[in-house]
Amino acid sequence: MADTTAQPSRSRDLDKLLLRPGHLVGPNFEPGPELRDDLKEYAKVLVVGAGGLGCELLKDLALSGFRNLEVIDMDRIEVSNLNRQFLFRFEDVGKPKAEVAAKRVMDRISGVNIVPHFCRIEDKELEFYNDFSIIVLGLDSIEARSYINAVACSFLEYDSDDNPREETIKPMVDGGTEGFKGHARIIMPGVTPCFECTIWLFPPQVKFPLCTLAETPRTAAHCIEYAHLIKWDEAHSGKSFDPDNPEHMQWVYSEAVKRAELFGILGVTYSLTQGVVKNIIPAIASTNAIISAACALETLKIVSACSKTLSNYLTYNGVEGLHTKVTEFVKDKDCLVCGPGILIELDTSVTLKKFIDLLEDHPKLLLSRASVTHRGKNLYMQGPPVLEEMTRSNLDMPLCDLMDKIPKDIVHVTGIAGKGDKKQSCLRKLRVVFKGIDGVTDMDTAGGA
Amino acid sequence: MIKLFKVKEKQREQAENANGKPPVKKQSAGELRLHKDISELNLPKTCNISFPNGKDDLMNFEVTIRPDEGYYLGGMFLFSFQISPIYPHEAPKVKCKTKIYHPNIDLEGNVCLNILREDWKPVLNINTIIYGLYHLFTEPNHEDPLNHDAAAVLRDNPKLFESNVRRAMAGGYVGQTFFTRCI
Repeated sequence: MADTTAQPSRSRDLDKLLLRPGHLVGPNFEPGPELRDDLKEYAKVLVVGAGGLGCELLKDLALSGFRNLEVIDMDRIEVSNLNRQFLFRFEDVGKPKAEVAAKRVMDRISGVNIVPHFCRIEDKELEFYNDFSIIVLGLDSIEARSYINAVACSFLEYDSDDNPREETIKPMVDGGTEGFKGHARIIMPGVTPCFECTIWLFPPQVKFPLCTLAETPRTAAHCIEYAHLIKWDEAHSGKSFDPDNPEHMQWVYSEAVKRAELFGILGVTYSLTQGVVKNIIPAIASTNAIISAACALETLKIVSACSKTLSNYLTYNGVEGLHTKVTEFVKDKDCLVCGPGILIELDTSVTLKKFIDLLEDHPKLLLSRASVTHRGKNLYMQGPPVLEEMTRSNLDMPLCDLMDKIPKDIVHVTGIAGKGDKKQSCLRKLRVVFKGIDGVTDMDTAGGA
Repeated sequence: MIKLFKVKEKQREQAENANGKPPVKKQSAGELRLHKDISELNLPKTCNISFPNGKDDLMNFEVTIRPDEGYYLGGMFLFSFQISPIYPHEAPKVKCKTKIYHPNIDLEGNVCLNILREDWKPVLNINTIIYGLYHLFTEPNHEDPLNHDAAAVLRDNPKLFESNVRRAMAGGYVGQTFFTRCI
């Protein structure tokens, strides 16, 4: 119930959203001062990335009433960041972004606690990510998004009717910008499409043919890529190119200039060299601010239910005038990352060989010649012969032992599905559950008796 | 949602040290798709695949090609493959580890094959690439040169090209460049 007598907080506008009932609210919205307090006490938000978007996100989230924030970023501050990553000053150059960003926001907004993590996202235990109510992404690469998405989806569990269990859903809000364009989307694993369901949204990277670079360069970018991909290897046998090393970049730049002169091509500059080699599109501060605002708002909506959320993908284009649009993408029901997978119950004695035979008769699978992989370990490979030989000895072992006696877990299989002329090769996710090894329950019973 | 977080917070406090360890390794979607590609490989007798890091690292592997016809008959050429975690969104990185006299492969091992760069599509797979590489041995082409000299010789004097290839494969100099024996 709304409590109109609640003490107004310093965030008057936030109070309007959290203290009053409304018609366009999300499910289970319970306005009132308790919600406002709970937001401070219980909502734990992780911001991934402390760059252009990350700086904006931390500020926006802190001003939206979130008190428990953490931020993770592996980069140090560079001079070229200062035009838009407004939490950083000239004297911060060289310091870790996460640490400086956390400190600056805490200095300005009292009561907010931000824990910085100066490391790679892969360096953290998976359980680190499970601790957060919601994860907000301010990243610039497909790889990093794909990784966080896989981690968040790994917490998701489905019930026996293939419905996602609400308490295992780890919501994500993803922002991205490229020049004057940007997107904001929400990902509720198991409910809305995950990053992998819609990976085709990303256009393929432009790659020039090597022979064009070697023989018939026509643009400044061709000259730069020649220096970067061909000339570098010729001159530095074995030493790999490091795009973050200024000396390496300078070398590529000067070689590209020579190349351009040879072919009478104009336009090779140091910044274009960086742009081409690192695939950078100049970042625009206002685009970051707009996308971050949308992301922070969606975060608040998901956590508090004070309004219905975006459904589910917003694009923004400020190149000419302004165009913005919301698209409702659909989940890939067979998604290997967020999909439920096919539930299979087994006895602990079932061997890998028997398991593979079972898949052939399983009505939902009809999968023959299956290869099986579990947590990065290839349990059995039908081919090529070299791998078949290496994995053959597993066939007679109980699957349960091969899976380290984990009572339930995800297994992936590839093989030929279907019968007759409808055969096709496919890759499937399975939820394998072993009957009768619920260690925890057994122990509890023993203790209680 | 917030109600849920409160419940979870309590559960977490209660069960701080219960239960087993969470999974340590995260298998990327790219790895899974690669698993499918690899298990379905259908290679010609002239091509051989090996996994230097053992059966659980499919992301780095090597392919050996022994052409059974054409200029390169009798030679043995090693290619290294490096697969990205976002495969097949991104093409594999392929290098030729054997120094070779070839119009479309330079002396550093860079390979000019359209499906490795500008024409890569996620529907293609490892099998297609290996066939593409094999094709380079049966039909070297002087129109997409990466080794300029070799391409010019192939175009102007196929007989000389043939003997240059033989000399390089047997181990010896072609012009100023030394090639190690690969027969």
